[in-house]
Amino acid sequence: MTETTWFDTLIQVLIIVAQSLALLVGLLIVVAYVLLADRKIWAAVQLRRGPNVVGPFGLFQSFADLLKFVLKEPVIPDGANKGVFLLAPFVTCLLALAAWAVVPIDAGWVVADINVGVLYIFAISSLGVYGTIMAGWASNSKYPFLSALRAAAQMVSYEVSIGFVIVTVLLCAGSLNLTAIVEAQNTPWGILGWYWLPLFPMFVIFFISALAETNRPPFDLGEAESELVAGFMVEYGSTPYMMFMLGEYVAIMTMCALTAILFMGGWLPPVPVAPFTWVPGIIWFLLKVLLVFFMFAMVKAMVPRYRYDQLMRLGWKVFLPISLAMVVIVASVLHFSGMAAGG
Amino acid sequence: MSLAALFFYLFAGVAVASAFMVIASRNPVHSVLFLILTFVNASGLFILIGAEYIAMLLIVVYVGAVAVLFLFVVMMLDVDFVELRQGFLQYLPVGVLIGLVFLAELVLVVGSWTFGAGVTGAVTSAAPEVSNAVAIGRVLYTDYVYFFQAAGFILLVAMIGAIVLTLRHKENVKRQSIPVQNARTKAMAIDVVKVPSGKGL
Repeated sequence: MTETTWFDTLIQVLIIVAQSLALLVGLLIVVAYVLLADRKIWAAVQLRRGPNVVGPFGLFQSFADLLKFVLKEPVIPDGANKGVFLLAPFVTCLLALAAWAVVPIDAGWVVADINVGVLYIFAISSLGVYGTIMAGWASNSKYPFLSALRAAAQMVSYEVSIGFVIVTVLLCAGSLNLTAIVEAQNTPWGILGWYWLPLFPMFVIFFISALAETNRPPFDLGEAESELVAGFMVEYGSTPYMMFMLGEYVAIMTMCALTAILFMGGWLPPVPVAPFTWVPGIIWFLLKVLLVFFMFAMVKAMVPRYRYDQLMRLGWKVFLPISLAMVVIVASVLHFSGMAAGG
Repeated sequence: MSLAALFFYLFAGVAVASAFMVIASRNPVHSVLFLILTFVNASGLFILIGAEYIAMLLIVVYVGAVAVLFLFVVMMLDVDFVELRQGFLQYLPVGVLIGLVFLAELVLVVGSWTFGAGVTGAVTSAAPEVSNAVAIGRVLYTDYVYFFQAAGFILLVAMIGAIVLTLRHKENVKRQSIPVQNARTKAMAIDVVKVPSGKGL
């Protein structure tokens, strides 16, 4: 143990911390405006104006909301299990943010370029259900508990089809590394070479499952306000509630980013010729993520909520058989046409 | 002490502590939550020895699916803690006896443990040039494909068994029939009536 190794380690740690901080600050600012965009789009569909008071066009609304949440008094119900009650929002928020460690926002721009990137995101998003269950149980109240059971069953169900969709993409790309998956879509055909076209049914299933996985309308059965008030968040207020909201929107952004990476070529330009290739990759990535989010927001504004049995039926009886069959089909096509990627 | 060693002691320490808390905590839901913490730390240990694929699978399968079901069941059980404590002294001698037997056996096993000739050299990464997932896939779907399929069949049988045991068609229960609902037309669902004012229907 010499002094230099300590120093090197320290530098390494500092670099990783700096990278993570830069990513998180960028992510949180994007989330603040995505929240506003969500409300604005929703309002526009319903011919309303949406938030327009704080700042020009309401641009500072999210920051005003942040202040409001933080300055309010957190209330813990008397019958609640205090430790778990306060742990739940932290778990939700932390897991949602942790997934971004492996998301490549440009060629080489990734905090942790690990070999099992897709599996890491899949694992982290499968942990997301704990925030909901813990909140529902610890609140010691009936609506949150019912909601937690519902939401947990829903998230576990849709993870299955998401898993199979990811498998088809992996078969095509031949790697679990997110950067390698994007590079595998880098063909002279540009937008036509991305996986949304050859795997179009999977793209649709992934998009719908992503809505269900993040508890977005029309699958927001966990917080169906007409049945369960606010679901597992009934007893929460001020900062803990804000952390749930933050975690939820960060998870939505993760799913949007994952859609962009798996099916829409990540940071690659849609047409690989001169004027488009000059634009930095991060701009393309951001545009694609925002496009997917726009679709999320439009679905929320336009589609009525599913009934719970319909939701379960869709997950287990429609998506699961289709995606399972597609795994077999994609694998057979790749194998017999000799296009199977290395490995 | 390198960073890896630091993380090893962190993961190992938390894993052991939370494993202890699984049996020590009074609330069964807390026990399951500590069990989950143990799983997560175990997967951290797997990452440290370079088995990143196993680590991720441990989280996806055990934490993401199995432990969720544990938590479901434990949360919905109405556990009476007072009743649970009763009879503690009554069962204590038997428990201590079994514990001691196991402890003695473990000490004997660990104390006489030696590696066979050639084993020490073999416990390294089999194929350092490829990633974990590729290395496991290569042996799992070629050399061990029959074992893999057999494991799958056993799980399938277990699943069918569970469904057969629990599936009961109760009478007098309203059921949703999706085909009937989808087959409904506007004419079947809506009855347009001209109501004369002041008379009602």
